[in-house]
Amino acid sequence: MPAIVTEGVVKTFGKVRALDGLDLEVDEGTVLGLLGPNGAGKTTALRVLTTLLKPDSGRVSVAGIDALARPDEVRRVIGVSGQHAAIDEYLTGRENLVMFAELYQLPRHKARARADELLEQFALEEAADRPVRGYSGGMRRRLDLAGAIVSRPKVLFLDEPTTGLDPRSRNDLWSVIDDLVHLGTTVLLTTQYLEEADELAHQIVVVDHGKAIERGTSDQLKARVGGESLRVVLAQLNQLDAAVAILRRITTDPSNFVVDARLRSINLPVGGIDALTEAVSRFRAADIELLDIALQRPSLDDVFLALTGHTADHGAAQ
Amino acid sequence: MNADVRAIVHDGLVVTRRNLLRMKRVPDVVVFAAIQPLMFVLLFAYVFGSAIKVPGISYREFLMAGVFTQTVAFGSASTSVGLAEDLQRGIIERFRSLPMSRAAVLIGRTSADLLNNLVVTIVLIGTGLLVGWRMRSGLFDAASGFVLLLVFAYAMSWISAFIGLSVRSVEVAQSAGFIWLFPVTFVSNAFVPTAGMPTGLRKIAEWNPISAVTTALRKLFGNTNDQIAPMNRWPERHAIALAVMWCVLILVTFVPLSVRRYRVAATR
Ligand SMILES: Nc1ncnc2c1ncn2[C@@H]1O[C@H](COP(=O)(O)OP(=O)(O)OP(=O)(O)O)[C@@H](O)[C@H]1O
Ligand SMILES: [Mg+2]
Repeated sequence: MPAIVTEGVVKTFGKVRALDGLDLEVDEGTVLGLLGPNGAGKTTALRVLTTLLKPDSGRVSVAGIDALARPDEVRRVIGVSGQHAAIDEYLTGRENLVMFAELYQLPRHKARARADELLEQFALEEAADRPVRGYSGGMRRRLDLAGAIVSRPKVLFLDEPTTGLDPRSRNDLWSVIDDLVHLGTTVLLTTQYLEEADELAHQIVVVDHGKAIERGTSDQLKARVGGESLRVVLAQLNQLDAAVAILRRITTDPSNFVVDARLRSINLPVGGIDALTEAVSRFRAADIELLDIALQRPSLDDVFLALTGHTADHGAAQ
Repeated sequence: MNADVRAIVHDGLVVTRRNLLRMKRVPDVVVFAAIQPLMFVLLFAYVFGSAIKVPGISYREFLMAGVFTQTVAFGSASTSVGLAEDLQRGIIERFRSLPMSRAAVLIGRTSADLLNNLVVTIVLIGTGLLVGWRMRSGLFDAASGFVLLLVFAYAMSWISAFIGLSVRSVEVAQSAGFIWLFPVTFVSNAFVPTAGMPTGLRKIAEWNPISAVTTALRKLFGNTNDQIAPMNRWPERHAIALAVMWCVLILVTFVPLSVRRYRVAATR
């Protein structure tokens, strides 16, 4: 049974169609990554799903509950962490968590125990009894996420959960989310990073202008975008043809070569990191001198370019 | 107790505690809330008091009921600032995603502000006694007076809550929450008897809830006489009933209005 379903959800703000017929379906116990540029409608979609916003039309169901008809019941089974940390600055981390737990109707002693558990899980024990005012951005973010899972929700909504986190905190957070999913939680998260969707999401939906423009697993998506590519820059122009001949044997798609004689560069789609080591050793054997060689992963911009024919025009989604 | 009421009380208490913790961390808020009325007592008692004459009673005795009423009215304005701040910081949005009672955030805010008002009132009682104010009634009447004052303070907080949820920023709440209180508290009998006012203004002043509460307090504290509050005029004669009616009217109007505002406030 799908844990999250939206059908033809439309939400307008004045002239802006923030959601323009959004269809989503997320299976129980899986992670859906909502990927899109600024203004795509990700936050609006989350606010509709978490009962904060009534859509103009469409159908929304969360954990099998009609979210438009019975929002109160939906709130009991979800956890939410918004795009901006919403915690009380003057309360300590612990006080914030105990408050959230109590508002999820846990009795006081259980609320305290749960707060202790989460503070440990999110490596916030040391700062637990300091007011949040003195927390760093990453600590706030972690506290906010801890608040979202206080009640061990069936369905978890995270809006750009790792924005502003350092790589270590990001990895920690990814493993927390992984653990939750193993315990059966369904997660819908938004992100602007393909890498994050890649790491966490079973399914990815690319949104633009309030609509899903592509959906699939990260492999399927990358296949459409062309996956990873190798960029080679030669030291000498007269070795270009020889280099191209070598690279033809390595590429996954010889028809997609981009050769730039002026820059002495070649771009070609490859299968992964092995292609890079292979290219290096073959070039060495053939005495071809390299200035630079690098494996490039598709970026969000590449996905957009491939899917829409236009780049992710940041912030302009009218 | 029925389950809904229990949920409202429980959640309301949790949010009240949160707001009180905030006050504990930033005690300046309460300190400054107390300084302003303190200044008013001193200014009116010593500066204006020398020029204002009320018949049959010392001005300071006349003054205190007015200062009490005005102070809690202004004190309740902090409700709008607190809510606007929570709205701006996304806290209300967060609360709205929780399985908690819809009225709880407002109850928590207004209750904490009531406690704030209580502290300020106690400071004011001390100041009043120092400058020579005395209660000349029985214990029961005096106690009833303070209960009425706090009920009024609580009712005013709900008007303030409505304002705080309606404006778009903390800065606007800071002025919008207070500005309207100047005419409302000064076009009243809080600081001067209404007898000398032009007729139109006097009529407004007489029916003003601030006047009703002030007169009721003067009666309950024994700080009045027949010349100040003539028994032949309805609002004066029935001041206590009128004050209670005002409180009820404000509450039955602004509690549902504010709760409805709260439902939509964060969705803009
Ligand atoms: N409350 C609102 N009032 C008016 N317009 C809004 C409101 N919320 C969103 N919008 C508009 O709806 C569109 C989608 O916004 P949304 O916040 O959902 O985008 P997003 O995908 O979350 O972007 P970002 O990556 O920047 O967070 C934008 O054009 C935005 O300006
Ligand atoms: Mg967003």
